[in-house]
Amino acid sequence: MLLIYCPYCQVKRAETEFHCGGEAHIARPSDPSKTTDEDWVDFLYTRSNIKGVYAERWRHIHGCGRFFNAVRDTVSDDFLKFYKAGEPMPDLNALAAEAGK
Amino acid sequence: MSQPFRTEKGGRIDRAEQLTFTFDGEELHGHKGDTLASALLANGIHLVGRSFKYHRPRGIVTAGSEEPNALVGIYRNGDQTPNLRATQVELYQDLQAISQNRFPSLGFDVGAVNDLLSPLFPAGFYYKTFMWPKSFWDRVYEPIIRSAAGLGRPPKNPDHDYYGNQYAHCDVLVVGSGPAGLAATLAAAETGARVILCDEQAEFGGSLLSVASASIDGKDPSIWVSETIQKLSAMANVTLLPRTTAFGYFAHNFIALAERVTEHLKDPDPKLPRERLWQVRAREVVIAAGAIERPMAFPENDRPGVMLAEAGRTYLNRYGVKVGHKVLVATACDTAWQAAFDLADHGVEVVAIADIRETPPDNLISIAKARGIRVEAGCVVTGTLGRKRVKAALLGRLMTSGQVASGGQVECDALLMSAGWTPTVSLYSQSRGKVVWDAEKGAYVPGKPVQKERSTGASKGLYGLQATLEDGYAAGEEAARAATGKTATFTRATASGGEAGNGGTLGALPHDRDASRVKAFVDYQNDVTAKDVKLAVREGMHSIEHIKRYTTTGMATDQGRLSNMNALQIASGSLERPMPEVGLTTFRQPYTPTTFGLFAGVARGDFFDPVRKTPSHDWVVGNGGVFEDVSQWKRAWYFPKTGEDMHAAVARECKTVRESVGLFDASTLGKIEVVGPDAAEFLERMYTNPWKKLAPGRCRYGLLLNDAGFITDDGVIGRLAEDRFHVTTTTGGAPSVFATMEDYLQTEWPDLDVWITSTTEQYAVAAVQGPKAREVIAPFIEGVDLSAEALPHMSVKEATFCGVPCRLFRISFTGELGFEINVPRRHGRMLWETLAAEIEKHGGTPYGTESMHVLRAEKGYIIVGQDTDGTVTPHDAGMSWAIGKKKFDFVGKRGLERPDLIAENRKQFVGLLTKDPKVKLEEGAQITTAETPATGTPAEGHVTSSYYSPALDRTIALAVVKNGHALEGQTLYVPMPDGSIPVEVTGTVFYDKEGARLNV
Ligand SMILES: [Zn+2]
Repeated sequence: MLLIYCPYCQVKRAETEFHCGGEAHIARPSDPSKTTDEDWVDFLYTRSNIKGVYAERWRHIHGCGRFFNAVRDTVSDDFLKFYKAGEPMPDLNALAAEAGK
Repeated sequence: MSQPFRTEKGGRIDRAEQLTFTFDGEELHGHKGDTLASALLANGIHLVGRSFKYHRPRGIVTAGSEEPNALVGIYRNGDQTPNLRATQVELYQDLQAISQNRFPSLGFDVGAVNDLLSPLFPAGFYYKTFMWPKSFWDRVYEPIIRSAAGLGRPPKNPDHDYYGNQYAHCDVLVVGSGPAGLAATLAAAETGARVILCDEQAEFGGSLLSVASASIDGKDPSIWVSETIQKLSAMANVTLLPRTTAFGYFAHNFIALAERVTEHLKDPDPKLPRERLWQVRAREVVIAAGAIERPMAFPENDRPGVMLAEAGRTYLNRYGVKVGHKVLVATACDTAWQAAFDLADHGVEVVAIADIRETPPDNLISIAKARGIRVEAGCVVTGTLGRKRVKAALLGRLMTSGQVASGGQVECDALLMSAGWTPTVSLYSQSRGKVVWDAEKGAYVPGKPVQKERSTGASKGLYGLQATLEDGYAAGEEAARAATGKTATFTRATASGGEAGNGGTLGALPHDRDASRVKAFVDYQNDVTAKDVKLAVREGMHSIEHIKRYTTTGMATDQGRLSNMNALQIASGSLERPMPEVGLTTFRQPYTPTTFGLFAGVARGDFFDPVRKTPSHDWVVGNGGVFEDVSQWKRAWYFPKTGEDMHAAVARECKTVRESVGLFDASTLGKIEVVGPDAAEFLERMYTNPWKKLAPGRCRYGLLLNDAGFITDDGVIGRLAEDRFHVTTTTGGAPSVFATMEDYLQTEWPDLDVWITSTTEQYAVAAVQGPKAREVIAPFIEGVDLSAEALPHMSVKEATFCGVPCRLFRISFTGELGFEINVPRRHGRMLWETLAAEIEKHGGTPYGTESMHVLRAEKGYIIVGQDTDGTVTPHDAGMSWAIGKKKFDFVGKRGLERPDLIAENRKQFVGLLTKDPKVKLEEGAQITTAETPATGTPAEGHVTSSYYSPALDRTIALAVVKNGHALEGQTLYVPMPDGSIPVEVTGTVFYDKEGARLNV
């Protein structure tokens, strides 16, 4: 069971308190009517699904209820960073290098 | 009373306390401190089971949890638990054990004919034999496999035990309490770190409990163990867990432990659970799981009486049991010699030590000579004799050519063997670590750590008592420092004796027998021989993963801890590739078999899933209502009167609602309070409908899509004030709608000033529906004018009901005049009982979910999840009217413009009337254009809802059909096994198409 840090509550808690929300930083276009069909389908369905370090959304569903983001290595399940929703995506390559991934 | 194989003295058993037990009904005796295995051996019983495939007689091989053969059933409290390892079952007074996998008895087993037929059961025989003919599967193969497969019989009754659960956090978790584990625990505990020590055995000490020829700080090692445990018990920062198996190492240093709490007790405290699951989050882990001895793969190495040398030593020194009176020791390494010496010192005749090495160490030879033990170097066992117990062994002399020459026969009633040691890397492997091949040790050892753990002592291939202690201290110190940053100085014990041995071998041993006729077992539990592994390679299995599955070697409950290394070496030889290239299969959780009860814990029966009840629940029970489960809710389904079946009750309820009045519990509907200056803007973006112009006091039906454009939920939304909405959702959709709203609000539109709160549990809701609804509620409502002019259809007002504040909605899911009264939940029972008594005066009736479904279907109102399936758009559902055409954006707006969603041939929501008004369609039935379509014809759609309609006195149905909106008036077919049913496509509203009954 993963151990997850909520950047709002500022505590580490067991995975059972959280709900994973899939890949992070996939912004809904601010004017959807201006997007092409292909772009909209990408927004709806296309995810990187990578083996390695990526950013994903979590919600502290049985805690504060807030959404936040985390950088996780999908191979080892190690978390490299937790940060609040709205903060920019960290440099994943730098985080991976720092963690020796 | 006699225990002919009990030693005169020694061992850790309590000789003063004799215990009586039975094995297959035979009354036997043992002592407190025995395991079932040691007690059986004390009585001279080696034969304890029949093997899985060939039903060969099998004896006790080990003294630990890796035991492959001695699986027994234990009777307790009128039921039997199968497949317990006799080596782990602690003896208590009146214990009842039975052997398994034999018929009619252990001594005479008809299944043993499989052994004679063994040429028919080669590797992969399941795959080969049962390919053909197909019809034989059901009638022949499956019944035979089912009756022959498995070992013990499953218990017949529900589990009468209960199971505990404990979460724990610690700085350092130490797994295993041998010399390395105890040293690590001490070192970590001295720093003040919070330490948990667990060991699968009943007593702490591991191998130290079986040593007779070493000392620690000048004392017997078992004394040092007692003193150490005493010291640790007194430390507040240490938790000691005996009988506790660390069976799973999961991500982020989460380790699951299974503690056996009461099974070793005759009359346990009934308040105690049988087992307790510990879910431990450890900052650091020390794996001190030790090593296990490897069997030698020589012909007939499975004869009862053949066991591992260290097991023989353990039974002698720890349990005071001689495994035989005339013992042959066959070995490839030094450690087994000590077993021979210890046995000789207890007066057992050691008939010979046969070491496959040409030149065993001189010092061992001289110790043997001093005890008068015959030593045979360069000597292998090439077979064993005896039926249910070994009575002699064949020896063979290894020639320089690699051939084996007969070396005669020696009589023995037990044969101790050792092919060397295999470090227990299971937990390391579970932690996702990759083991590495150590050529010098001839073993796989832990590689670099992936999680916060380190292995110590024998589990990393380090042997020798002093070295192990030192390594354990270092591991404990390092773990504590990593976890807490603290260190401590303390006195360390020093050991003498217990030196590390050398030697060891892998794979099948050479022999001079007819290779086609003998079996040398590699995996005892799954009956896999050396030949099977070679055959698998010959038949094209070149990956160890394929060899494992084809032969089933390593697939037994020990996951190949005993067998893997021998099997790998044989595969490596056959493949002509070095061991490390052949690879090792991964060890997975659980380390040893774990009960389902442990995982279920208290989540059984009523606690399996929460049951949610509405405030009318008790009233419904008392008035004969029948319930149905809707997600976790218990909802009243229908209210049969005496003599009524469901059909009659529902018909009466529906008729009564349409003619006078009905009462329905709508408390389960999801409710969300949306509040804030941007509340209307938020709903504008979430729902398809426009909200900004909705006046306070009015309601609107809301349709919720996902961004793909498909319907996901619906419900009526009332505006209570400029900045406050009361949103309702479907019963099942409440949590997901709330989560979706939070998601958009927090992550897409954080600029909106809105708060949303789930209020599902805050309100009890009674729906009063029917022409007399207004009269029914009028006496109890204050603060609002109920007239059609003041409170038209789709209105909401705050009022009081019997003086209790309520939200009064004028809405309808039946097509009749209707009100829904929301009161604080604590007043729900009063609300329901008041109205139930009142409707009775008006000839009304309570009605349940079934009538609710019929009434709404007569009006063509959809049920999301029944009439929609996640691929239905508002256009498909005939609900384009619900879309705010002028809106800039809403969730799903862009999705609806996707080419596939505006294409022709989409399935659309329609009504269906069977040509024969008595025929009711089956929900889910397929719809075709042809009356008798050819096989393979795709369906045009399917029936989503189907009922008998009392208002129309005929059946009605709703369906989704390709281009259905254009097909009104046409005939389609619903092909069924007993004939095709013709249906006419209609609109979806069957009753009161103009809606006149709503506006009264
Ligand atoms: Zn939180």
